[in-house]
Amino acid sequence: MLHEPATGIGMSPATTSAVAAGVEPVVRVENLSIGFAGSGVNVVDAVSFAVAPGKTLCLVGESGCGKSVTSLAIMGLLPPKSTRIPSGRVEFQGQDLLHLPIRELEEIRGNRMAMIFQEPMTSLNPVFTVGDQIAEAVRRHRPVSRREARDRALEMFRRVRIPSPERRLDDYPHQLSGGMRQRVMIAMALANDPQLLIADEPTTALDVTIQAQILELMRDLQRETGTAMLLITHNLGVVAQVADEVAVMYAGRIVESGPVEAVFRDPQHPYTIGLMGSIPSLGARSGRLATIPGSVPPPQALPAGCRFSTRCPFADEHCRTVVPPFVSSADGHGVACFKAPLEMNVGEVH
Amino acid sequence: MPTANPPPLLETRDVVKHFAAGSRAFGTAAVVHAVDVVSLSVKPGETFAIVGESGCGKSTLARLLLRLIEPTSGQVFYDGKDLTALPPSEVRRLRAEMQFIFQDPFSSLNPRMTVEALIEEPLEVHTDMTRSQRRARVAELLRQVGLRPEHAGRYPHEFSGGQRQRIGIARALASNPRLLIGDEPVSALDVSVQAQIINLLADLKQAFGLTLVIISHDLGVIRHMSDRVAVMYLGKIVEMGDAESLFERPLHPYTQALLEAIPVPVPGQPSGATALKGDIPSPIAPPSGCRFHTRCPHATDLCRDKEPPLAISDDDRFVACHHWRTIPAAGLSAIVEPQLTPAAQQRFALYRERSAAALAEAGQPITAGASP
Repeated sequence: MLHEPATGIGMSPATTSAVAAGVEPVVRVENLSIGFAGSGVNVVDAVSFAVAPGKTLCLVGESGCGKSVTSLAIMGLLPPKSTRIPSGRVEFQGQDLLHLPIRELEEIRGNRMAMIFQEPMTSLNPVFTVGDQIAEAVRRHRPVSRREARDRALEMFRRVRIPSPERRLDDYPHQLSGGMRQRVMIAMALANDPQLLIADEPTTALDVTIQAQILELMRDLQRETGTAMLLITHNLGVVAQVADEVAVMYAGRIVESGPVEAVFRDPQHPYTIGLMGSIPSLGARSGRLATIPGSVPPPQALPAGCRFSTRCPFADEHCRTVVPPFVSSADGHGVACFKAPLEMNVGEVH
Repeated sequence: MPTANPPPLLETRDVVKHFAAGSRAFGTAAVVHAVDVVSLSVKPGETFAIVGESGCGKSTLARLLLRLIEPTSGQVFYDGKDLTALPPSEVRRLRAEMQFIFQDPFSSLNPRMTVEALIEEPLEVHTDMTRSQRRARVAELLRQVGLRPEHAGRYPHEFSGGQRQRIGIARALASNPRLLIGDEPVSALDVSVQAQIINLLADLKQAFGLTLVIISHDLGVIRHMSDRVAVMYLGKIVEMGDAESLFERPLHPYTQALLEAIPVPVPGQPSGATALKGDIPSPIAPPSGCRFHTRCPHATDLCRDKEPPLAISDDDRFVACHHWRTIPAAGLSAIVEPQLTPAAQQRFALYRERSAAALAEAGQPITAGASP
């Protein structure tokens, strides 16, 4: 029962408005479910979304919500032996990525589709200079000379605003600060002009003033290049800063999605509301924080119905046993909750 | 410097901590200026926060406050007693009153001890309780931090991150402390769990009349929890004062930049990233004069040459900047409240009401329990 594919639910995907308006998306994920081998539970369950050129979709959620697993599946980076994908499609510029031969996938990865991770130190090779690593990424996909590849690396360093770029090219990763390393990662990711950039918590390891610089850089570069971006984060502040669309994930499912303005101004799902209420505000102090009681149940203990029902203050028996359908309104704002909108279905504030 | 009345519970006077970095074999060892002449005082019953980015010395300072490490120079007073001059045995005895909560509940709990043994340990060290008294006290502590006493026989790995932080807090509370120092106590937690722990600390503070010192890089957390704030940059306090006025009218350009850099959860409100260029300099070779001058948009020759003194503003705030009187106050403009639709406001009210009711039903009584 737990792994029952939520058919008919993924039909209202988190789709950027441009896609809704008829623009062909760069990437389209449909009804994607992912589980780990030896377990019947889907840690990602019937997830659907699409990202249009030049737009940013944020997947937001807490630890274990499946946001990173989803992004790894798109990149084809999940270990095939320990994962299973019982349903779904990942379409990248018309190609089905899930069934692509590894050789063709490698042609796409780091080329038309690139990824940046949370901790650049672990993604960079410590024994090569950062300039060489970018040049290698270029030569891997382009028939260019060493000279040309190095020139490209230098050009990218300028674009990500690394100071004295000529000197920095010959630095090793450990000689750079965390912020500079993340700039190097962004330079490498964008070196081949990808159509899609997947960024998994790109600023989480950085100090707040450095984070602001990197977010601004990413915004500027996206405006220049028109790259579609899938940004994975737990930070609602970051989402508000960079997203066009947002999809809120909980325990493997998208519980709410839509244009960022709509979701932040008019959140519908109790989880989204609890999450927003949990953030301490910078403004005047307002008593106790709203909290979400308890914690995410382990995969084997997930309820058959709405996965948030074990922590939801509004859940009833129906919620616990039946998976709520994802219902979208005309503006592309959708929610998977039987009780939405709460003010009409659960009574008055006392 | 302390103007507190009643006398401060905790006070530092010109405390300095330098670490040697690198090897002496290759010439002079480099010196990390982790904490450089810091004076502050914490009043009994308040929550005092220390905020800053990596390398600003906030964690080193937290450890100095409990004399977990020795200062290079300067003094630390707890309840009027100079910790730096006391014999180690006396400091150990005093530690019953001042406890530490660590950032990472995963690495600060011995994985081979049961929760009961973990919480019982400080009781064995600091009290004369019998074994059965200790057991009863452990059960009481677990209830106070919102855990079930029947889970006492479990091991740390059987708990979630938030529950582990609750265990860490129960352990800190075991010796009936007057002062709790938390070094990034909620940073490793997911935001919904973080909110639970923040509320728990507020409840415990209320119930036991605790004094809290919170170290954090998260200004939202600090705004929510603290009464007074010290902002640190490269080993120095650049601004210190009442939390409310500091957040509403930050005087130091670094505080202003820090507040502006926070991504606010309101779409269409870009953060003021442009305000601050460049990286944080190394504490091994801090810049001359004002340490912030390399990144400060208002820096002049004076800032490069001369270290600014800690001036006192009219609202009793300390600010270390040559130009604080002339720099336009930023701040409140950066603080934007989320704009919710009326229906969404109703939903938030409903959520608060129902989740509070659900919590009350689950029963998390936090009461000032009987002292041992």
